[in-house]
Parts: sequence; structure tokens; C-alpha cells
Amino acid sequence: MLYIAVALLIGLGALGTAIGFGLLGGKFLESAARQPELAPQLQVKMFIVAGLIDAIAMIGVGIALYLLFAVGA
Amino acid sequence: MASEYTTSEYIKHHLTNATMCSTDNGIAFNKACSDAGFWAWHVDTLAWSIGLGLLFLIVFRSVASKATTGVPGKMQAFVELVVEFVDDNVKSTFHGKSALIAPLALTIFVWVLLMNLMDLVPVDLIPWVSGLIGQAAFGMDPHDVYNKAVPTTDLNLTFALASGVFILILFYSIKMKGIGGFAKELTMQPFGHPIFIPVNFILETVTLLARPLSLALRLFGNLYASELIFILIATIGYFQLPLHFMWAVFHILVLPLQAFIFMMLTIVYLSLACEEH
Repeated sequence: MLYIAVALLIGLGALGTAIGFGLLGGKFLESAARQPELAPQLQVKMFIVAGLIDAIAMIGVGIALYLLFAVGA
Repeated sequence: MASEYTTSEYIKHHLTNATMCSTDNGIAFNKACSDAGFWAWHVDTLAWSIGLGLLFLIVFRSVASKATTGVPGKMQAFVELVVEFVDDNVKSTFHGKSALIAPLALTIFVWVLLMNLMDLVPVDLIPWVSGLIGQAAFGMDPHDVYNKAVPTTDLNLTFALASGVFILILFYSIKMKGIGGFAKELTMQPFGHPIFIPVNFILETVTLLARPLSLALRLFGNLYASELIFILIATIGYFQLPLHFMWAVFHILVLPLQAFIFMMLTIVYLSLACEEH
């Protein structure tokens, strides 16, 4: 049961982040190709949003690994 | 990895903080503190974070007092690079006037970055050295000596940082908008009619509280997961070296990125708090 929970936490988190990053990176490349002079500004904003996207998944991974090694052990 | 551990013991040992608490018999450490509750001090987190904070202050202070307008040395060039980077980001994001925000952002960025960089120290080195010291100086079993070197993998520290930011958000909200303005922001948005006050209040309170919570948990989650994976890699034997290298190279990106995000979000939240409506 614990292993299934951990697998779901990590797997679904990764799925959501992957979709988010795909959209984000794709849009960033698209707009950098249209307006190359805006690329540095967009890059900073992209990293901020990347951090926001990252957060939930990483919190999930943290909780999952904590469950696996601290609660399960 | 020391061979006398099982894998889960090894992981548990490396992820346990050195705690200190006062009991009836004076000051006690580690296992005696398991039921100390709130007043258990994580001495390793405190020592490493305060030490790294002092390192930052001393280095930047000495560079600032020795700064020349002539040809700068390597250290001065580096410090100027960092200061300018933070200053640019503050200027482009924060539109009000504040003497506090740029130094705050610089402190958060460099301090969190230094604490994150402890992640790149080999996972066994610091627990091993402190185990030897504990054995030689205090006659303890090295298995009972804990030293978790990355302060940001301790939830207490990340929440302390985020609470500091949260208090500043509240302070600036009240200072810029007044108590009435702040209360109005909490109750009259997004629906501007008295009937919706309870709904608005719940929505806005959640938004407000989610900020420090997500700041703290993001930093903790990233660092805890990465540290744990370093430790997991360390349990697999001789093939760990290339894997360690790859994971460490990946973290040259991740660790500064987390420090940068913490700084940027602090600036964004404070700039939202200072905005006039």
C-alpha cells in the first residue's frame, strides 16, 4: 500500500510537471523566436514560473520519500 | 557508505538532525530528546546556517570596505557581479521605493545559495568527521552522532525564513495601505459587494497564507529530495561515482535556481504588498 502511494505521488507529480514544463518551454522558445530581443527578460520570468511549477511536484516527492524512508522503515 | 549499516539505517542516520534540549538533569542530546517536543533545538542546522550567514557577512563586508574604483580584484569583481545581479532583478520587479528590499533580497539570495551549496559536499564526509570527533572527544558511539549539514533540508529553517518574509508582507501591507486598506483588501476582493465578505475573506486568507507555506515547502522539498537521492546513490557501491557526478552537475543548476526563486518571490510578494490600489 505504501509503495503504491509513493509511486502515485512521484509519478503523478512528474506527469503534471512534465506537461507544465512542456507548455512553458515551448511557449518560451516560440516567443523568443518571434522577439529575440525580449529573450533575456522572458528567461527570468520563465525561471520564476518554472520554480512555481516545480514546487508542488517537489513537495510531493519530498513527502513520498519521507513516507518511504521515515514512516515505512 | 559505511558497511556496518543497513540501507535504511544509513539513510535514517544521515537525515537525522543533531538535537539538543534541556531536561531535568541539565542539557541532553539526540536520543534523550525524542520526547522534548517543541523545545528541541536542531544544533547542527543552527550552527551551519549561522556559520554560513557569518561567512556571507564577513566576506561581503571585507570586500565592501576594501573596494576600489581602480582595477578591481577577482573577489571584488565577483561580489559586484552578485550585487548587480540582485539589484537588476529588484529594479525590474519592485516598483515602489524602499531602502530595505535590495539588501533583503541580497541576503536571502546569498544565504540560501550558500546553505544549498552544502548539498554538494560529499554526503559521508561531515557525518563521518563528526562521528570521529564524537568518538574521540566524548566517547560516544559514532552511530549516535548526527550532523545533517544542509540547513535547508530542515523544515524548521525554511519555515523560519518564510515566516520572516510573511511578517514583512504583513508589515508592508499595513504600512502602505493602513489597517483599513489591508482589511478592505482581504474582504472586498475579488467580489466588491458586502454580501460576499465571508467568501472573499476565506479566498484572500488562503491566498495570503499559501505564500509563506509554498515558499518554505518548495525550498524544503527540493533540497530534501535532492539530498535523499545523493544518499541513495551513495548506497549502491562502486558505481556511485559517475552517478554522483551527474546528479551534482544537475544541481549546479537546481541549487542557485531555488535560491533565485526564493529571492524573486520575496520581491514579488513585497511589491504586491506595497502596491496602492
